[in-house]
Amino acid sequence: MADVVVDDLERVFRVPVREAGLGAAVRSLYRREHREVRAVEGLSFRIEPGEVVGFLGPNGAGKTTTLKMLSGLLHPSAGSARVLGHEPWRREREFLSRMTLVMGNRNQLQWDLPVVDSFEMNRAIFRIPRAHFEAARDELVDLLEIGDLVTKPVRNLSLGERMKAEIVGALLHRPQVMFLDEPTIGLDVTMQKRIRTFLGEYNRRSGASVMLTSHYMADVLALCERVIVIHHGRILYDGALSGLADRVAASKTITVRLADAHAALDGYGRVLARDGGRVTIEVPRTDASRVAARLLNEHEVSDLTIEDPPLEDVIERVFSDGDAAAASAAVRSGSPGSAG
Amino acid sequence: MLDFYATVARAGVQEQFQYRAANYLYMIGMVVEPVIYLVVWSTVAAANGGELRGFTAGDFAAYYIVWTLVRNMNIVFTPFGWEHRIREGRLSGMLLRPVHPIHYDLAYFAGWKVVAITLWIPIAVVLSLVFRPTLSPTLPQVLAFLLAIWGAYVIRTMLLFVLGMVTLWTTRVTALFELYFTAELLLSGRLVPLELMPAWAERVADVLPFRWTFGFPIEALVADLSNAELVAGLGMQVLWSVIGWGLAMWIWRRGIRRYAAVGN
Repeated sequence: MADVVVDDLERVFRVPVREAGLGAAVRSLYRREHREVRAVEGLSFRIEPGEVVGFLGPNGAGKTTTLKMLSGLLHPSAGSARVLGHEPWRREREFLSRMTLVMGNRNQLQWDLPVVDSFEMNRAIFRIPRAHFEAARDELVDLLEIGDLVTKPVRNLSLGERMKAEIVGALLHRPQVMFLDEPTIGLDVTMQKRIRTFLGEYNRRSGASVMLTSHYMADVLALCERVIVIHHGRILYDGALSGLADRVAASKTITVRLADAHAALDGYGRVLARDGGRVTIEVPRTDASRVAARLLNEHEVSDLTIEDPPLEDVIERVFSDGDAAAASAAVRSGSPGSAG
Repeated sequence: MLDFYATVARAGVQEQFQYRAANYLYMIGMVVEPVIYLVVWSTVAAANGGELRGFTAGDFAAYYIVWTLVRNMNIVFTPFGWEHRIREGRLSGMLLRPVHPIHYDLAYFAGWKVVAITLWIPIAVVLSLVFRPTLSPTLPQVLAFLLAIWGAYVIRTMLLFVLGMVTLWTTRVTALFELYFTAELLLSGRLVPLELMPAWAERVADVLPFRWTFGFPIEALVADLSNAELVAGLGMQVLWSVIGWGLAMWIWRRGIRRYAAVGN
């Protein structure tokens, strides 16, 4: 049975609106206007036990709203969701004891207490048996290498240190489902790498399923085999990460090392870069094999690679498309549908 | 649950002891209010031939010195804090825990009481030396008082939790809070012992919860209440605790559906 089952999930916010200026402010005293913002519209997907799913979208796409509904913070306006067999917004003890939500910009530890005391509080809150708690704490502290930080008050930690402590605190009860909202936001590259290595290791050890949002594609590439892409509250793509480029990117890049640094390359594709004998050429995706074969036949080649464009470029292409419907159609056509 | 209460209360003690100076200044500020009432009413009693409707200067001193402890026991998570909780998204963290936030508030502020009482003792000694209270409680009164101050704490936590939850419907409700606190000031025994209020006001106070969070605990120790009156008063505290709990849970179920989890 899937850990997360979402059907036609929808969330509409009613937000007050008024024009700028004093007149509008006075008018709003006796006549308030509202408009409806559809943050999430008709989302449906499943996450199987142990899966790590990247949840991608630009700011305002509905990612965080979805995670908040799945972790029980928000009630949906329509649709249904079950996480570990529970309706999240009922916030039953059994559900809350088996899931976690980590928000990168939110401090859930006790600000004024040493980190170990915050962990101790989580032990009591989640009713973790003492022996299990100590084993989990020691293992997680060891994995994230924060042994020398745990006696410091949370307020004295740097952002990266605090994030690691937050993650340990959020995992002490060994959740089976983890919702991670920008867990590496604001961290330096080394810290990002350490946290993503840890999350991958935790997933392998515990078999927990993970749903992750991140604007750092390195997080997604390192952790996720499957991605769900949403825009304006709707799913644009749900499938293998490797399949996203196939659906969206119209081109591939061929990087070739030629013996003749001045060889003529007209008619192969658009030359993106040329550094001596090393040339990068952009070619239509469907022509990639044929162009590669031609290069090998017609030149003395010491090395050749064919690659998808960087994931950042693929994602940017999806979201920067002026016509979201067209983008949706583009990614949906022949959708791999691995999410069922 | 006992483990949870003990651990969170301990955290409350640890946190508040880190801010000893701030807590002391807070308490000194708090003492100013009853000292003003005490000076005013003692002066009125003196001008009235030494007593006012049975209250001597020593009785007023006893009333307002016990007042300072009861006031400390009355400190709970305020409705004003709810604005912060909601606007800053702090409530989200609490909702992710498998424990209702009201338990967290009860446990945390119970821990704070340990700090408050520790800091209160020297203040009470100084006030007693200066104002010479008349106080000779019986053992049942002392026992009833010890229960009543915690009863007061529970009731006030429930009521202010309910009041704070109004913030789930409309973000800025300070005016409503002020209205509540004004009613509480007048009808709880905080401003003046209820016995000195007009009879109709005392009757109104009897059917409202405020008296049971303030006046009754003080009277339990300083007034000449019979055992039956003490038990009846504690019974009223139990009744208001149950009503407060029911109301808090009922409003919570409705209000939390409106929580937008903004701020994170």
